[in-house]
Amino acid sequence: MSIEAKNISKKFGQFAALDNVSLTIPSGELVALLGPSGSGKTTLLRIIAGLEFADSGTILFDGEDTTHRTARDRRVGFVFQHYALFRHMTVFENIAFGLKVRPRSVRPSKEQIHAKVHELLGLIQLKNLSGRYPSQLSGGQRQRVALARALAVEPSVLLLDEPFGSLDAKVRLELRRWLRQLHDEVHITSVFVTHDQEEALEVSDRVAVMNEGRIEQVGSPDEVYHHPNTPFVYNFLGSVNLFHGRMDDEIPAIHEAATGDFVYVRPHLLEIQRQPNGGSNFRAVIKHINSAGPLVKVEALSEWGAPVQVEMSQEKFQELQLAKEETVFIIPKELKVFHKAI
Amino acid sequence: MATTLPLSTRGLLPAQRVATAATGESAVVRWVLIGVAVLFLALFIFLPLAIVFSQAFAKGIGPYWASLRQPDALSAIRLTLLAAGIAVPLNLVFGVAAAWAIGKFEFFGKSLLITLIDLPFSVSPVVSGLIYVLLFGLQGVLGPWLARHNLQIIFAVPGIVLATIFVTFPFVARELIPLLQAQGQEEEEAALALGASGWQTFFRVSLPNIKWGLLYGVILCNARAMGEFGAVSVVSGHIRGRTNTMPLHVEILYNEYQFSAAFAVASLLALLALATLLVKTLVEWRARRQLAESARWDGEEQIA
Repeated sequence: MSIEAKNISKKFGQFAALDNVSLTIPSGELVALLGPSGSGKTTLLRIIAGLEFADSGTILFDGEDTTHRTARDRRVGFVFQHYALFRHMTVFENIAFGLKVRPRSVRPSKEQIHAKVHELLGLIQLKNLSGRYPSQLSGGQRQRVALARALAVEPSVLLLDEPFGSLDAKVRLELRRWLRQLHDEVHITSVFVTHDQEEALEVSDRVAVMNEGRIEQVGSPDEVYHHPNTPFVYNFLGSVNLFHGRMDDEIPAIHEAATGDFVYVRPHLLEIQRQPNGGSNFRAVIKHINSAGPLVKVEALSEWGAPVQVEMSQEKFQELQLAKEETVFIIPKELKVFHKAI
Repeated sequence: MATTLPLSTRGLLPAQRVATAATGESAVVRWVLIGVAVLFLALFIFLPLAIVFSQAFAKGIGPYWASLRQPDALSAIRLTLLAAGIAVPLNLVFGVAAAWAIGKFEFFGKSLLITLIDLPFSVSPVVSGLIYVLLFGLQGVLGPWLARHNLQIIFAVPGIVLATIFVTFPFVARELIPLLQAQGQEEEEAALALGASGWQTFFRVSLPNIKWGLLYGVILCNARAMGEFGAVSVVSGHIRGRTNTMPLHVEILYNEYQFSAAFAVASLLALLALATLLVKTLVEWRARRQLAESARWDGEEQIA
């Protein structure tokens, strides 16, 4: 089922959580709403779910206006950040809940419910824990139960609010791969909210980057990462160095004295050399080196006194044999120029 | 500071020993404090309780039963049960509704509602009784209209029930508000999103989550409803066999120097208090055990 949000605005008191936001989610896609906290991503998700209502704008499911329908009538599966499992019910009862509360005329039989729950327990690989209470499960297990519970009612749309936000790093990685896999199998239109750019880029078909109640850019992970529309998107999707600069004959260059444009360079797109190469470069003093990890992170101080971050491969680092307090030349390999600051 | 701390507690692995060493008092201070507490309890709680029962049975078990089987005593017991039987369910429904509204929703006038719920706690019971006399009494605001329609509220059962409802108003709501506030509404939202109706959400999700707090509130509410003296005394009119509740009956008997009869009825109230305490302890114990259970599992999960 496709989802369309048109011109959604929502205020909480004086605070504009969403400001005229429009977003179209094609049927069967897995879309990430990515943004810092307070950017309105959770509010948008809750409005799509019908747990919150917009001040203005419309929500369409498959072209049908659902703006004024409640969560109950929208048939959405919602997964909460803190699981929101029913704490007095076992895993089995939690998953069966959505089926058991149906009106008698459309309620499946006991056997059907039993079969459905066991099918889902198999899917989340928790078959032997069906009698446990939520408090007896680990965080990752709880989140999987929450997902199974949402899927039990066979929703037309699956909405996940920071689904892995409160899990530790390792479980998070595992679970998001699992979610991607699940989506490839079930193909249910899914929207998930996250503030973790890595998670958004890895899991989703498309990413909507949000900031201050607006959508900055919507596109495939590749698109938003390599062709950011705004400084904010560039900045949010990875660490970045900010310089002043200008266009020299269509070629962007860093000129600290020039005040015209802002130049952004990702740390791995800066190269360190001992000799100036004649092109665009500047002098810097190395202040700190962190070589633990796949990439070596170097912090330097530019000739005009601004901190610069550079990332390079371990091989390159071995080759250069850099030392602290050494003066080097930094050569930008790829610049991104925006005419306005963030 | 931080570096010396691990040194000073080295070797004192069990948490209790650390606590005693760090925060404990010397043996003398400990025994004096415990002694004072025990003496206080004995003087103000155990001794009076013992006297109630010893006085009640002072003339033997025969007169004890006889004084309880007096028509006036029976009528007082019936009236007390009736008043509590009406007040407690009403305040149960009201308390849950109010706590639900306050705990789960934001609305205009919320703090005013909370203040109103607390009002019966802050007003003297005698004053609350008086309010009803001024409102429904013959000289009161609604008195003439009530008299014309042959409705008697003051010095009759309805007045006693009203006064009881008023003074026991806050118990259930007060018990539940912090509980509901702490729980938030994610579980309810989850239930709604899964297709449950409002009532299904309430009975299947919200109510089970507050059942121990609710039971506790009802127990306290019931104890107060049966034991209430001041407010009921003002509106009752002390008509024997008709508008006397147990506490009022005790007072009348006592004033008439029928000590053992007075203490016999009083012992019933004391028994009720003891039973309430027992149930309350059981409820707390069960609730705590459930908490401990989940905490234990949480702990294991962190270790694993």
